[in-house]
Amino acid sequence: MKEGVARFWREIPQRYNFMGNKCGTCERVFFPPRESCPYCRRKSIGNMKEIKLTGKGEVVTYTIIHVGPDDFEEQTPYPIAIIKLEEGPQITAQIVDCPLDEVKIGMKVESTFRKIQQDGHTGAIYYGYKFHKCYNNK
Amino acid sequence: MREVAVIGVGLTKFGELWDKSFRQLIAEAGSKAILDAKIEGKDINALYIGSMSSGRFVDQEHIGALVAEVSGFSQLHIPATRVEGACASGGLAVREGYLSIASGINDIVVVGGVEKMNDVGGSEATEILATASDQEWEAFFGATFPGIYAMIATRHMHEYGTTKEQLAQVAVKNHANGAFNPYAQYQSPISLESVIRATTVAYPLGLLDCSPVSDGAASLVLCAAEKAKKYTDKPIKIIGSGQASDTLALHGRRDICTLDATVYAAKMAYKQANLTPKDIDFAEVHDCFTIGEICAIEDLGFVEKGKGGKAIDNKITTLDGSLPVNTSGGLKAKGHPVGATGVAQIVELTMQLRGDAGKRQVKDGKIGLAHNVGGSGATCVIHILEAM
Repeated sequence: MKEGVARFWREIPQRYNFMGNKCGTCERVFFPPRESCPYCRRKSIGNMKEIKLTGKGEVVTYTIIHVGPDDFEEQTPYPIAIIKLEEGPQITAQIVDCPLDEVKIGMKVESTFRKIQQDGHTGAIYYGYKFHKCYNNK
Repeated sequence: MREVAVIGVGLTKFGELWDKSFRQLIAEAGSKAILDAKIEGKDINALYIGSMSSGRFVDQEHIGALVAEVSGFSQLHIPATRVEGACASGGLAVREGYLSIASGINDIVVVGGVEKMNDVGGSEATEILATASDQEWEAFFGATFPGIYAMIATRHMHEYGTTKEQLAQVAVKNHANGAFNPYAQYQSPISLESVIRATTVAYPLGLLDCSPVSDGAASLVLCAAEKAKKYTDKPIKIIGSGQASDTLALHGRRDICTLDATVYAAKMAYKQANLTPKDIDFAEVHDCFTIGEICAIEDLGFVEKGKGGKAIDNKITTLDGSLPVNTSGGLKAKGHPVGATGVAQIVELTMQLRGDAGKRQVKDGKIGLAHNVGGSGATCVIHILEAM
């Protein structure tokens, strides 16, 4: 990518710690956090509260990427899913530690902290969330 | 608001055009449209140019003025504006041109769309296209652009029982149409089996479910309808124009299988034209991936949500079906030079409505619709055209 690193550390609270926010008016939860609630709009301004999400959710849809971007090429084939978190928001993330044919819609998953990509051999390493199956099936 | 008509069209061949530059492509399409409309440079009040990422594909921004220059208009100092909305850039340029005439500000404008995608390598082209998705919250985590459409397909298959065969049939149909289009990147039919057996790009989508990386340009001359007959015997009126937006990321949408931007843009265009989906005779829709065409015919209201796959089985959308879709070959076979696509769709509708579409001419087509999508559905622009 060859990007300035500030672009990545700026997102650390979200990508490392699942910090989202909640509209003080309608209680809807957003991840990544939004400046205002798209449902309450002006009523939500100044009324968005930071919250930490549990990182647990369910697979809504998925794909298996066979042709990846250069930065991900050595990982192919890998599953990418949209996950509905238990607090409500949906996010896109990789599913790991799971045979490809076991990735299914409805599968319960939880987040895990992993390396996402790196800026060439000498550049910064970027971390963030990936998801694996819920082991205790909850 | 004034009525607006298309009075000239121009298209380059779409494909891997190694011997043509960005500048040559747009100049060629533009001059064809201007000659077709029988206007002169001094008649043109403004230029609107759609291009998704000239900056990344050919390292050149500021292309509004550049296009005016390479078209020979530098001494006329014509206002020239570049419009961007990812793969909907062309359709947005059409709408900006349309609005500028409808408002009464301009009488004649030239709209262009262009992309020169093959000056970068295949993997870089893929990376540039991914900038139409949410870079921070989709692409960062390894989601590719085909992967995002693939997730729409997986969910559509899960919810509605849509099959890989139905997806493949879209590609087969569009290649069959492309075989009749001398401008198309691919002019040969393909078999169902070859689509299904093609190497997987992002499950469930294979290589032949995806539109290609293309070079090409398209252009239109738009004119106030009241003055159109001065230039042509067959002006084609724009009777509806709609545009809508949605979240950049697929995961932010109300429903994974519905492109609400299409639904809202269509509502706007139908309302203006005072039409319902049943009144549309044929359409060019945004089939960047085969699933895209299935969602499009549902979200445009041609068939019920979830019945898109069945409609393909029932051959409704073939050239001789009750609602021919992508008579040009679509993005799939005609090619998808992203900024050019939305303009080229209007060129196809105009050729059909003029009766100039040759072997792919639809029968009794009076009203055509063009549907152009940016990203995985964050932008949609729709136009409805009718012969005057």
